[in-house]
Amino acid sequence: MSELYSLRKIYGETLVKIADKYPEIVVLDADLAKSTKTQLFAQKYPNRFFDMGIAEADMVATAAGLASCGKIPYVSSFAMFATGKCWEQVRNTIAYSKFNVKIVATHACLSVGEDGASHQACEDVAVMNVIPNMNIIVPSDDVSTRFFTEEIAKIKGPFYMRLPRSETERIYSDNKKFVFGKEEVLRDGGNVTIFSMGLMTGIAIKAADKLRKNGIKVNVVDILTVKPIDKDTIIEFLKKSGKAVVCEEHEINGGITSIISTIASMNYPSKLRSVSITDKFGQSGDWKELFSIYGLTEDNIIKNVMELEND
Amino acid sequence: MFIMNIDELRRKAYQLRIDIIEMIYNANSGHPGGSLSAIDIMTVLYYKIMKHSPKEPNMPDRDRFILSKGHASPALYAVLADMGYFPKEELKNFRKANSMLQGHPSYLKTPGVEDSTGSLGQGLSFACGVAIAAKIDRRDYNVYCMIGDGESEEGQIWEAAMNGARHNLDNLCVILDYNHLQIDGNIYDIKRPQPFAEKWLSFGWDVMEIDGHDFNEIIEAFETFKSVKGKPSLIIAHTIKGKGVSFMENQADWHGKAPDKKQRDQAVEELKRYV
Repeated sequence: MSELYSLRKIYGETLVKIADKYPEIVVLDADLAKSTKTQLFAQKYPNRFFDMGIAEADMVATAAGLASCGKIPYVSSFAMFATGKCWEQVRNTIAYSKFNVKIVATHACLSVGEDGASHQACEDVAVMNVIPNMNIIVPSDDVSTRFFTEEIAKIKGPFYMRLPRSETERIYSDNKKFVFGKEEVLRDGGNVTIFSMGLMTGIAIKAADKLRKNGIKVNVVDILTVKPIDKDTIIEFLKKSGKAVVCEEHEINGGITSIISTIASMNYPSKLRSVSITDKFGQSGDWKELFSIYGLTEDNIIKNVMELEND
Repeated sequence: MFIMNIDELRRKAYQLRIDIIEMIYNANSGHPGGSLSAIDIMTVLYYKIMKHSPKEPNMPDRDRFILSKGHASPALYAVLADMGYFPKEELKNFRKANSMLQGHPSYLKTPGVEDSTGSLGQGLSFACGVAIAAKIDRRDYNVYCMIGDGESEEGQIWEAAMNGARHNLDNLCVILDYNHLQIDGNIYDIKRPQPFAEKWLSFGWDVMEIDGHDFNEIIEAFETFKSVKGKPSLIIAHTIKGKGVSFMENQADWHGKAPDKKQRDQAVEELKRYV
């Protein structure tokens, strides 16, 4: 078993690491600094950290005010609250004015586990995606998390970055450089493509490698930038394979299944399947068990690939 | 550009009231009531109190004005145009397609607008962020934020009120345009956000109460604000919705309605007497 990494811990550590390089960075949290790991930054840079209390709407609008004065605010909470409780503030006070605010949410979707449906945002990417001017990043491992935590400081404009609660294995080589707006091809040369996001990418690779052992080659494309999504790479792989399974720890409505389906139907109509959450609330439980209950598994990906392959 | 004399300030405010009426008449849409209640205070701020430069709208040390009650945009646009932030002819395009003057203030479209507002309750949080930035950078600008009394029914106003006191934002001055009326009627009958003074005092703010149409009182309140240390200030400005136009005064119906030709003529006629 490979080593597991906590992406939120990587996020907190990276903030500390880049703080001196980017003196404009300030960090805001809504009473969840211990969980989102912004506490690591707070301990080292107390004068640049603001615990805004349990008041997310106030937090994101305050961040916009800070950004209007040249600060680069990183705003953290659970994905549920950072996108749901203050969606309209994010839309009207941040995105409409293109303020340079970085919303980095942790504890997305089922990875929350035991806290249950009230805390499991499985629609966060959908609600951020519909906001003009918003950019969305969903890292899939520690290397991509570390890279994009810094990268978004360099790119002006509002960002939403989604991180899980649970830990995950490394996918990329240590000093891998990514390009914002470009998806990463992890496996190539197959007849079916798997497009995956976040935690599902690690699971998709395992499914792909198992399939390969059985003589079935599949492509895996990691959707790191959800917005603006890399249409060229998606169309390229649809053309190569004509068949794809989209995997996301997210609602099928409005997630990358919806986004990729739109691209496919408008550019290169293809046979698509989805491994995602289908119009359901989450529930309490160990996150791995929940992934299994909701079908976010290696086996389910394999089943979908096989059905497409045999179609 | 800047005016020191009280009579001149008053005349200026009445001239701007005419611009407000003309803009809303031209657009056949907009919010006269809350614009007319707010304009005297905004006139004092822009022509006497605030340090700002229309030629350099992004000057880092400028004082900021944030109109949280964004529907009073005609008042803000009238002031900004008169000051030279953009050509006065633009006022004719208020609320029209492809105009720089949106129905509610838009940061990216209009020079001099600090924050996109209109969805109520959010401007005060933004203002706190601007005030905190000044503290971090040790800049000495002040932040002025106008909120509505109806707007105070939004919970976020009180989140921001806690925030302002928590961070000892003595560079933040909030003006409450207390004209008693919201779209559906009297605020007391609808949500009852009163009492204001007691609430804000208990939230840790310095509180003043003034006649929001008395120029001496408005100026004095802003001078007092500058001397308050360690906490933010709230000025409760008792105002009259529709102030200056007889048939609009204290009428909730004039919250968001445009005058017809006859009403516009009468309004301008009444306002001209004070210019």
